[in-house]
Amino acid sequence: MGCGTSAATEAQGRLSEKDDSVKAPSPALTMKAAILIQRWYRRYVARLEIRRRYTWSIFQSIEYAGEQDQLQLSSFFSFMLDNFTQISGNGPDLISHLLDPALTEEEKQATFEGVEVSDSYSGPHISFPLTVSDTNALLSAFKAQQILHARYVLQLLYETKRFLKQMPNIIYLSTSYTKEITVCGDLHGRLDDLLLIFYKNGLPSTDNPYVFNGDFVDRGKKSIEIIIILFAFLLLYPDHMHLNRGNHEDHIMNLRYGFTKEVMQKYRTHGRQILQLLQDIFSLLPVATVIDDKVLIVHGGISDMTDLEFLGSIERQKIKSVLRLPKSFEDVEAERGLEKICGQAGSLRSAGGPSGGTRKRRCRRRKPSSGSSSSSSSSSSSSSSSISSPRGASQVWSSPLPSPRVPSPTDLLQLPFLDSIVAVASLAPPREEAGWKQIVDLLWSDPKKQDGCTANTFRGGGCYFGPDVTRRLLQRHGLQLLIRSHECKQEGYEFCHDGQVITIFSASNYYEEGSNRGAYVKLGPDMVPRFFQYQVSRCTRKLTLHQRVSVAESSALKSLKEKLFAHRSELMAAFQEYDVNKTGCISITDWAQATESVLKLDLPWRTLRPRLARLAPDGAVEYQSCFEDVSAGQPVPQISPNLAETLYRYRTDLEIVFNIIDKDHSGLISIDEFRQTWKLFSSHLNVDVDDSAIDDLARSIDYNKDGSIDFNEFLEAFRVVHKLDTKEKQQG
Amino acid sequence: MAEERDSAEALVSEIHKKITDAFEVFDHEFNKTVDIREIGTIIRSLGCFPSEGELHDIIAEVEEEEPTGYIHFEKFLPVMTKVLMERKFCPIPEHLLMQAFEVLDQQKKGFLEPEELKKHLTQEGEPFTREEMEEMFSAALDPDKNVIFYKDFVSMMTIEET
Repeated sequence: MGCGTSAATEAQGRLSEKDDSVKAPSPALTMKAAILIQRWYRRYVARLEIRRRYTWSIFQSIEYAGEQDQLQLSSFFSFMLDNFTQISGNGPDLISHLLDPALTEEEKQATFEGVEVSDSYSGPHISFPLTVSDTNALLSAFKAQQILHARYVLQLLYETKRFLKQMPNIIYLSTSYTKEITVCGDLHGRLDDLLLIFYKNGLPSTDNPYVFNGDFVDRGKKSIEIIIILFAFLLLYPDHMHLNRGNHEDHIMNLRYGFTKEVMQKYRTHGRQILQLLQDIFSLLPVATVIDDKVLIVHGGISDMTDLEFLGSIERQKIKSVLRLPKSFEDVEAERGLEKICGQAGSLRSAGGPSGGTRKRRCRRRKPSSGSSSSSSSSSSSSSSSISSPRGASQVWSSPLPSPRVPSPTDLLQLPFLDSIVAVASLAPPREEAGWKQIVDLLWSDPKKQDGCTANTFRGGGCYFGPDVTRRLLQRHGLQLLIRSHECKQEGYEFCHDGQVITIFSASNYYEEGSNRGAYVKLGPDMVPRFFQYQVSRCTRKLTLHQRVSVAESSALKSLKEKLFAHRSELMAAFQEYDVNKTGCISITDWAQATESVLKLDLPWRTLRPRLARLAPDGAVEYQSCFEDVSAGQPVPQISPNLAETLYRYRTDLEIVFNIIDKDHSGLISIDEFRQTWKLFSSHLNVDVDDSAIDDLARSIDYNKDGSIDFNEFLEAFRVVHKLDTKEKQQG
Repeated sequence: MAEERDSAEALVSEIHKKITDAFEVFDHEFNKTVDIREIGTIIRSLGCFPSEGELHDIIAEVEEEEPTGYIHFEKFLPVMTKVLMERKFCPIPEHLLMQAFEVLDQQKKGFLEPEELKKHLTQEGEPFTREEMEEMFSAALDPDKNVIFYKDFVSMMTIEET
C-alpha cells in the first residue's frame, strides 16, 4: 500500500510482534495503539461531517429552489390579476380569488359578533380584554390539540389589528426596567418548540419580555396556534411582547408553504375572513426592534442601503406582500402591459428566456462577485433588492402585448408570459419603491463572509451583506450588535462578522428529525448575549451521531431522488447526449455535468453519486439507475409519460391553484375551470402540452361524468413512491 | 508508453475532480476558498487520515504567507494531489485496528471498560476531547453490560462506512 512514513507502519510491525509476548505492553506501544484508534475514529467522524454537510446543502438547495418557484407563481398570479378580468364566462372572478381572498358583501360586513359559538364547542373560551387565565386556557387547549373557535380567532385578530396600527415601524425597547430580554427566531409553525421555550424560559410577562423575530408560520402544522398564542400575549403585555415581521408573514408565501392550507382546513367557514385579516395584520407588524439603542433585531438582515430613519417613515401597511409590487405600481403596469425583459435585469433572474422548452429554475447559489454586481442594479450603485423590482433606468421593450381579453383555449399558448421581472417606466413614485426595497432587504437578506453587498440570487430577494456593510450600519446608528434569523443553523445560533451579527433560529429539527437544535438568546443591560439551546425529540433515547446523520441524510436523498424522477425525460435526454455509443453508461464527470445542468441545484454531485446511481464494472455510471428507487404511485392510464412528469413536478403549484379556485372548499372544481387553469399554468411555464391531451385528461378524471373534478383525487395520482419504503412496509 | 501516460493523466484528472468536489462542499462563498478549520475534514473525507501533527504540517504548506484564515484552492490542489498520489496517510485496515484495541485490553477480556478506554484515549497519543469521548461511547458502549465489545464495534463501524 505504500504508506510512507506514518506511524501506522511502525505500529504494524510492533503490534504483530506483540502477539507472542506475555508481558504487559510497553507505554510506547499503548500510545501507538491509542493514536491508531484516535485517528481511525476521527476519520469516521470527518466522513459523517461531510455527509451531514451535503445533506444540509441538499435541504437548503431544495428549500430555496422552492422559494424561487414561489416567485414564479406569484408573478403568474400578478400577471393574471392585471390582465384578465374573467376566465370563465359566468364563473366566479378567478383573479380576485387568487390574491385577495374575495369576500362577499356579507362577509365584508360581518364581524366576529355575528359568529355564534354553539354549545357543542368544547374548546377554550376567551374574553376581551384578555387576562392571564385566557392565555393559560389557550396554552392548555393547544397542548390538548384543540382548535380555537373561529369567533374568538376573528375577535383576537381584530383586536390585534387595532393594536398594531398604533405601532411604529421600528420599536425601541429598553432593558432598564427588566432584567433580560429574550429573543427568539423562526418558529415556522412548530408549536412544540414554542412550548419548550416557554417551559425553559418562562411565559412572557412584565418581568419576562420577549421579541419574536418573524417567520411564525408556514411549513409546520401549528402555525395558526402559534399566531394565536403570540397575538394573545401581545395584547396582554403590549410593552413586553414584541413581534417582528418575517418574510413568511406574507400571504403569497403562505399560499405555497402551507399556512393558507392549514387555515382553510381548520376553519372551513371563516377561513377566508381570517386570512384576509391576517393579510392586513402581517403588513402591520413592525419590521425592526432596537434594544437600548445598541442592538438591532430584524428578520433577514440589512443592505448597504438600509437607513433606519427612512425606514421609520414609510407606510409599512401598504406592503402586503413583498412579492407583489406596491399597489400604486399596478395601474402603471396595466396601462403599459407587461413585457418580457431582456438584458441585464433578466439575466439576473430566472433564465426562462423567450425560447420554449421547459422552464429553467434559477436555483443556483452562485453569487456574482462584487465586480459583477452591476447585473442586479442597472442604475444605482447599490445592489440590493432583486425581487421583481421596478427599475428606474431604461429598459428594453419588446413588442407590446395584445390588449387584455378573455383568452380562448387555443390562444393561450401564444401569449408572452412574464417570467419574473416586471419593468415599469420611471413613473413609479421613487419614494414608495425605495421604501419597498428597504423592507425587502430587511426581510430577505443573508450575511456573507466577504466584504461587499450583492444581490441574493439564491433566494431571489434581498441581498448578501458583508462584514463591512454591518460595520458601517452599526457605526452610523451607534449600534453594537445585529440579531437576525431567517437561516437554519445546526446549533440553533451562529455568530458572524466578528461577533457583530448573531443568527438565531428557534425551530429545532427543521429539515428532519435530528437535523438541528433550536435556540433563543437573552440580553441584559450588559448586552452580553447568553444562548440557550434545545431540541424537540420524539424518542427518549439519545441518537448517536451516526444515527442522526443517517436519518437526515436519507430524508434529503429522498427529496433529491424525487427531483431526479420529476425531471426524468430531460435528464435522460442529457445523459444520452453523452452516450454516443448507446451503452447505457457515461463517465462520472459527464453524469455530474448533465445532472447539474438539468436540475440547476448546486450540489456536490460526484460526492453524492454513490447514493444516487450505480456504477458499471468498468467504473462508468449506469445512468438509468438514478430512477430506480422512485416510481409513480398509481399510474393514470390516459396520461402520457411526459405529461405525468410535468404533473409530478408542479404538483404543489397546481394544488395551490386548485384550492384557490375551489371557493366553497368542496374539493371539486368544474371541468372548465380545470382546463383553463391548466392551460394558463402550462403556457406560463412554457411547457408543451397539447390541448387534446388536457381535454382527455379532464374527461378521464371526471369519473362520474357530472362535469366536476375531485382534484385531490387527481393529485393523489401524482405522488411519488419510494420503492425502499414500499419494501420495508411489505416486510415489516 | 503512451497508454500509461494517458492512464496516468486520467488518474490525475480523476484525483483533481475528487479534490474539487470535496473542496466545494465547504466553499460557502463560492470563491474557491474555505475556512482553514475545515481543511482537516476535507482531507479526511478524501480518505486520508493524517494525525493532528501531520495535519498541521499540511496546513502550513497550503496557507498564505500572511495567514488570512482562508485556504485558496490553487494552493490546496497541488498539495492534496501529491498526498493522494503518494497514498500518504492511508486507511487503517480492520485487523490492525483490532490489534490496537487488543493492546489496550491488557487482560485479554475481549471487551474494554469505559474507564480504561477513556484513560488511554483522553490522556495519550493525540488526546480526545470530552465530546469526542462521549460521542464514541454513545456508539460503542453496550447498553446492558456497559462495556465496549471492541470487535463488534470495529465491525459495525466498518460496515457503516459504506
